[in-house]
Amino acid sequence: MSFFGMTKILLTSLFRRPATRLYPFEVRAPYPATRGSIGITVEKCILCGICMKKCPAMAIQVDKPSRRWAIDRLRCVACNYCVDVCPTKCLTMKPEYAAPTVTRDTEPFTIPPPAPKPAAG
Amino acid sequence: MSKRTIIPFGPQHPVLPEPIHLDLIVEDEKVVEAVPSIGFIHRGLEKLVDKRDFLDYVFVAERICGICSFTHGMSYCIAVEEVMNLPVPERALALRTFWAEIGRIHSHLLWLGLMADAFGFESLFMHTWRLREKVLDIYEETTGGRVIFNVCKPGGIRRDVTDEKMRDYAKVLNDLEPEIREINNVFMNDKTVHHRMCGVGVLSAADALKLGCVGPVLRATGVAQDMRHLNYAWYSQVNWKPATRTAGDCQARCEVRIDEIYQAIDIVRQIAGKMPAGEIACKVPGTPNGEYFVRTEQPRGEAVYYIKANGARNLVRFRIRTPTFANIPALVKALQGCDLADVPVLALTIDPCISCTER
Amino acid sequence: MRENQTTETVTPADLVGKVREFADANWRLVQICVTRLPEGFELNYTFDKEYAFRNLRLSIPVEVPVLPSVSGVYWNAFLYENEMHDLFGITFEGLVLDFKGTLYKTAKPFAFNEIPVACAAKSAPANPAAPAAG
Repeated sequence: MSFFGMTKILLTSLFRRPATRLYPFEVRAPYPATRGSIGITVEKCILCGICMKKCPAMAIQVDKPSRRWAIDRLRCVACNYCVDVCPTKCLTMKPEYAAPTVTRDTEPFTIPPPAPKPAAG
Repeated sequence: MSKRTIIPFGPQHPVLPEPIHLDLIVEDEKVVEAVPSIGFIHRGLEKLVDKRDFLDYVFVAERICGICSFTHGMSYCIAVEEVMNLPVPERALALRTFWAEIGRIHSHLLWLGLMADAFGFESLFMHTWRLREKVLDIYEETTGGRVIFNVCKPGGIRRDVTDEKMRDYAKVLNDLEPEIREINNVFMNDKTVHHRMCGVGVLSAADALKLGCVGPVLRATGVAQDMRHLNYAWYSQVNWKPATRTAGDCQARCEVRIDEIYQAIDIVRQIAGKMPAGEIACKVPGTPNGEYFVRTEQPRGEAVYYIKANGARNLVRFRIRTPTFANIPALVKALQGCDLADVPVLALTIDPCISCTER
Repeated sequence: MRENQTTETVTPADLVGKVREFADANWRLVQICVTRLPEGFELNYTFDKEYAFRNLRLSIPVEVPVLPSVSGVYWNAFLYENEMHDLFGITFEGLVLDFKGTLYKTAKPFAFNEIPVACAAKSAPANPAAPAAG
């Protein structure tokens, strides 16, 4: 039985640097592996739609005729599944989180038409 | 006989961030009877197997709970693997064990903090959670998430951790251990803590078994039952033995959890010392057909996962019995005859996680 | 490591007697669960003793979903039985603590009492849009 175990911890923490950060002014660098938000390299996308079919949260919309790839950032659960299944590896998981938002809308990307294939020869 | 009064407790209560409601029937200061009611956050996740492919369901399974999320995902994967008879690579099993034990450390530290908060020891609460932060950092560095990890998939895992990194994490935990010990000494020896927990909510071993208790609640009564003995994942390759106490009161439950923290650190150390090389996942051919009950040891106790499949891409039935579900009857019995002031402490010592209970 | 799990089939009339045998031999009630199949309900009563795993299984028709309660033997069964009542609509006779359908307040009564998609898909041709296993 003792009363002073805690007193020792409290006294040492009195003279120690704070355990927390002054958040908005001091931001911790994200770990490289952090699942923050989905990024897309539009040039590599072939609009196959596998990401849309596989997404467990149904956050991705792919529309082939209008060449549009869109993601609802608030629906996305950052599970990395679309990145795993993407056949051309055009999707990436960025360690930074998506910016805060007050409206619920999808973030659209326009996929440029593929470059004409060089003639075989 | 004195007058009986009914006092409602929860679903919103300062000490209990979990939506359980208890109708406490009290005579003076003594609780005579308690009637539990849950069902405030039932989401019907079990039925979601109808909407999701069995490979995709793992993302849902992991989101059943925010604390034992890794074990939920892992147990679902084990169930699918057992039904399909998949040869899961050993490296995947070792890493699963590593993450499961990290989860045990973080869950128990979380609980210790909440416990300190419940009896009004704010500074102890803050310090416990300060240490937990380092454990969460390991999770984030290896899996990419602090709460939901998404690293398990049927057949293996989705991310590898290098052997050097594993040794680094073992070292981080080694350095953390004296600090945890210092905090835990307060729980073990401080008079104010003992005053609130010793002799409160005593359960005997026979009662605990009859009421179907699991996890630390059962082990605090002296029954050394721990589902890790069934040797799922990589538990056959590491040395450990169930932590037990015999008193069966709140203090005993607290001490069992404290012992399990040290044990988990030791298991991580052992895994880091002998990481098997090789692949981290195997191919999943076809669809499951069959049924199996998986029993795993979550930080809160034994969880049962039942899978029934008939060869379709959706499962026929997926059922989870979470540890809190099994411990609620014991809580109700232990509440009978306790002081009204002890109700929050007692309710907390079963480590209730109502969100996973209701699924 | 695959666990050795034994399952024996019982009839609804023998259920309480069988469960009492387990209780007398100090087995722990692990869980009770129900599966909705096209032909009826399939219930599993699971028991454990020193890591040994035994399972009692019984089937009841959808039309008369009535069973005797085992909560008189294992008091803690009341939670499982109330859950099965609220989600599947099975009535248990002699419950020690009957929530009368208020344990889970679902928007749709007996929400889980639907034939699983997997069983419905068995008779119909497989969905061609379903992607192959990865």
